[in-house]
Amino acid sequence: MTKEYLISITQFCTHHQVEITFINTLKDYGLIELIDENDDYFVHQDQLPRLEKIMRLHHDMDINLEGIEVIIRLLQQVEEMHNEVTSLKNRLRLYE
Amino acid sequence: MEFIDYYKVLGLTKNATEADIKKAYRKLARKYHPDLNPNDAEAEKKFKEINEANEVLGNPENRKKYDQYGKDWKHAEEFEKARQSQRQQRSSQQGSQFQGNFNEGDFSDFFENMFGGGGRSYRSRQVKFRGEDYNAELHLDLMDVYTAHKRTLTVNDKNIRITIPAGVENGQTIKIKGHGGPGMGGGPNGDLYLTFVINNSTRFKRDKADLYLDKEIDLYTAVLGGEITLETISGKVKLNVKPGTQNDAKVKLKGKGFPVYKKEGQHGDLYVTYKVKIPESLTTEQKELFTKLAKL
Repeated sequence: MTKEYLISITQFCTHHQVEITFINTLKDYGLIELIDENDDYFVHQDQLPRLEKIMRLHHDMDINLEGIEVIIRLLQQVEEMHNEVTSLKNRLRLYE
Repeated sequence: MEFIDYYKVLGLTKNATEADIKKAYRKLARKYHPDLNPNDAEAEKKFKEINEANEVLGNPENRKKYDQYGKDWKHAEEFEKARQSQRQQRSSQQGSQFQGNFNEGDFSDFFENMFGGGGRSYRSRQVKFRGEDYNAELHLDLMDVYTAHKRTLTVNDKNIRITIPAGVENGQTIKIKGHGGPGMGGGPNGDLYLTFVINNSTRFKRDKADLYLDKEIDLYTAVLGGEITLETISGKVKLNVKPGTQNDAKVKLKGKGFPVYKKEGQHGDLYVTYKVKIPESLTTEQKELFTKLAKL
């Protein structure tokens, strides 16, 4: 994995003013994946939108981690259904 | 610019306590938060209103000013001048701070007029490390996505050159990495999510990489068979119609469909449905011949 796409958890926590323990808890809940390199933890750039979304759900709406887990799963289902609807709409054009 | 009743936005009365405000904000935020309502412009608008109301009513200083001058906001200008000079003194001592999640445009004119840009210290906790993601629509014709081609797009006054892959679908969204909002504090830029809206004005109907076409043939060709010329999406082809072809009979032309997305050189199939045209105004001779046929 190219190192330029990795963001240090320490740096992330400093910028977002959150405790490292919070990020570790997210990892324990299986909500994010952390990368261990020489005892330093990193998050891949592709995981950032997910991590920031989790933080917004937690801080803006006071949702606990169990709730976030459910929401993330449901949002994934919504997205899959949205894609299916788009695909079905395209097929429906065949009969118009 | 209209007066905004922030109490009404949060469904509260003027004597609401701080706890009531917090509770009402959280309840509405859970309902309208953009993370929970992706691609819902109405929910996003509502969330901004709720957030703005919370920005004012959730901050005792802002609430006091709003209660005092709210309905008569034009007279708040003098109050604001005094406040600004205080703020300038403060910021010169504290240095610059990161802004929150929201841009200037996310607050109403009413809010900006009354509180300026300095009233939003509330969200400073949520510093944007990575830039904001942008969403955009690109309207194309079906033939534009028949072959891969490069196109220059203007996103927030910046020109970006992208390759549009052949076979992209209507409603499909692709991510263009790093072309969203700029990152903060050295963080990466956000991404641009581009949704294709593909207008099909051709005679073909499309289902992913397969194309469908109705082809009219005359009765005689349907009965006796013959050769016809068919205009496919990639050019003309000659087609043998079998004798005794029924109305709505289908033939498949392998590889004459649309390009398969991200599979260079592969094409779907073209399904041709024959529509047999029955002659309407027969000459006397034709009528006699059909009668003869019917009696055979």
